Amino acid sequence: MLELIWLIPVLPLAGALLNGLWGWRLSRRSVGLVACGAVLLSLVVSAGAVWELSRLPVEARHFRTEVFGWMPLGPLQAGAGEGLRVAWGFALDPLSAVMILVVCGVGFLIHVYSVGYMAHEEGVGRFFTYLNLFMAMMLMLVLGSNLLVMFVGWEGVGLCSYLLIGFFYDRPFDARTGLTCADAGRKAFLVNRVGDLGFLIGVLYLGLSFGTVEFGELAEAVHGSGGVSAGLLTGVGILLFVGACGKSAQIPLYVWLPDAMAGPTPVSALIHAATMVTAGVYMVCRMTWLYAAAPEAMAVVAGVGAATAFLAATMGIAATDIKKVLAYSTVSQLGYMFAAFGVGSGVGAMFHLTTHAFFKALLFLGAGSVIHGMSGEQDIRRMGGLRRKMPTTYWTFLLGVLAIAGIPGFAGFFSKDEILWGAWSSGHLGVWLLLLLTAGLTALYMTRLLWLVFFGEFRGSEEQRHHVHESPRVMTVPLMVLGILSVVGGWMGIPKVLTGGADWNGFASWLAPVLGHHGGGEAAAAGSGHGAALELGLMLVAVVVALAGITGAAAVYRRLGVAERVAKGLGPVYALVRNLYWVDELYDALLIRPFYALCRLARTIDERVVDGMVHATRNVTLGLSYLSNTHDLWIVDGAVNLTGATVRGASHVFRRLQTGSVQSYATVMVFGAFLLMVLYTLGR
Amino acid sequence: MLTPTHVMLFSLVLFGIGIVGVLTRRNAILVLMSIELMFNAANLNFVAFSWAMPEIAGQVFAVFTICVAAGEVAIGLAILIALVRNRENIHIDEVNLLKW
Repeated sequence: MLELIWLIPVLPLAGALLNGLWGWRLSRRSVGLVACGAVLLSLVVSAGAVWELSRLPVEARHFRTEVFGWMPLGPLQAGAGEGLRVAWGFALDPLSAVMILVVCGVGFLIHVYSVGYMAHEEGVGRFFTYLNLFMAMMLMLVLGSNLLVMFVGWEGVGLCSYLLIGFFYDRPFDARTGLTCADAGRKAFLVNRVGDLGFLIGVLYLGLSFGTVEFGELAEAVHGSGGVSAGLLTGVGILLFVGACGKSAQIPLYVWLPDAMAGPTPVSALIHAATMVTAGVYMVCRMTWLYAAAPEAMAVVAGVGAATAFLAATMGIAATDIKKVLAYSTVSQLGYMFAAFGVGSGVGAMFHLTTHAFFKALLFLGAGSVIHGMSGEQDIRRMGGLRRKMPTTYWTFLLGVLAIAGIPGFAGFFSKDEILWGAWSSGHLGVWLLLLLTAGLTALYMTRLLWLVFFGEFRGSEEQRHHVHESPRVMTVPLMVLGILSVVGGWMGIPKVLTGGADWNGFASWLAPVLGHHGGGEAAAAGSGHGAALELGLMLVAVVVALAGITGAAAVYRRLGVAERVAKGLGPVYALVRNLYWVDELYDALLIRPFYALCRLARTIDERVVDGMVHATRNVTLGLSYLSNTHDLWIVDGAVNLTGATVRGASHVFRRLQTGSVQSYATVMVFGAFLLMVLYTLGR
Repeated sequence: MLTPTHVMLFSLVLFGIGIVGVLTRRNAILVLMSIELMFNAANLNFVAFSWAMPEIAGQVFAVFTICVAAGEVAIGLAILIALVRNRENIHIDEVNLLKW
């Protein structure tokens, strides 16, 4: 199976081609079948390949295959060896193994769910084409054995994200900003472009400096460079992180993700929660060796991640759109992952990535189920009391909330705890504190969401109340599977302190060959016994904070009117949070308006100067041609006509000579002869 | 006493009568006849010079000229017949198709 890993991205690509070319004449059923089948096959191949990988000895768990050579480039600098040869290669190692399983597994469940969710929508063929194309690109991103193949996938998922956000391109999306879904897609694409530029520059710097873009060769080159190029590595690390900021929605480029909720809900679950937005996390983990050699870049990652985690969590508290709450939550949790990576716990980042994929996909799909049942309503202020109407959705959603809130036993608890412990044990107390507060806020806004949607009185219209129904099985079964995963998903990474020293942390040891040398926190935790009490204590603190968040939210939202009083009491703080810190407005004023002004200026220059020159040229040409025309008409034509007229006039005179009478000719002849004779005679 | 000079003077008068006839008469036949007069004036000149400087060639040429004149008259009369078939008369001043 290992040799077949190239099939993993190719299969969904084939599905996308099939649905893209012939989807319009296939039935809804066949389209769904093709799309889900392609992803299922990928999942099977992935599982087989990962199984084979796990049979290999730990140090040999790396497989690389080249499908074909891609770009043989000449030497990048004069005399710099034979130049850069870029191959279209795929590589499987424990890190990408985790990712392909998450992507294919969650992706498959979401594909199945989409069949039900999109049952009443137009353009199912287009939808599944994009979705399959996304899977292909995401898997290419994950499996690429060098930075350029990864970049192809990186841009490909961005494209699919754009296409899917704007899927309902003609529908309005946001009343506050007046955006349509197509605008939201464009916003996502443009913001991503900023990050992608940083990423591309970073990749080119690496390629120019080390003469290769293959991950393995680059890692060796960086190890061998002996810190000579620390400045370069820091710069490249930050540039790559800029790319990750765009893709994974970190400060300052997070603004697109809340608007990305314009897409259909399964898309939000798959792309904007579980997989694509985690590409940035995956990428920095893939470049662990680089960040290990660039501690300043690591510090930037940690700081940005922690700040994003906290700020996004506060924004999530005041949001009223069910999907936007989850979107801010996603931004926040991604910040968690980056913070984890930044403090040296790459394993924690990947662990949280995995569990987050499970419970956030679950929450989004649950939200989609609610929206589906509420006939498209997304405002949580018009929901409530859905617990009895949609029991399956409620119970699975509850599991997701417990998981993300970090209640012991659920998936989120283990991954979050690993990150918090990593932050504390590596001495990043500021990061630790921010993340701890974020954990409390997370529990708070998730409980608020749960309460407003599923408890209390129904606040929607009569028609909606009448129409509310549980979703079909094709939607609830993926919910149940993800619900189970949200519980047990964390059990593969139980810390030693909870197992009495036994090594149950399969996740960490599986990733150790790739991220092992990086995880200082793990080593400290596993190595010393004196940290055990501390670790348990910190765990307890985290749980208490989470419970405080839950009880706080429950206290506020259980009774009507309390929330309004709290909001009023907070005053300007509430306004600040409710308006998302006016970041969109800030960007509008700082970037978009000056940009538009610049555009207008350029347009004015275009109209006045460039067009003026063009028009002047035209006018001069016109004038010259007028002169030329006049000259032609009067002088050239006049000369020709004058010749003609002269000849005509002369002929009028001289043709009188031609009388046609033979006697007059004879007379002239006789006189002529006589004249000649006279002249001859006189001349003698 | 008749001398070649008298013959030549007579020939000159005859030629002049011929020219006047050709230039003035309307009737094509008369024009032809005037031309004959001019021919014969020329023939008289041939004969007169043959007499003045004893040489037989002049008289021979006169005979030739008479032969050729006979053919010329045949052609001229044929043209006149063609003319009279296409027109009511043979007035030569009315034949001016080659006018400007």
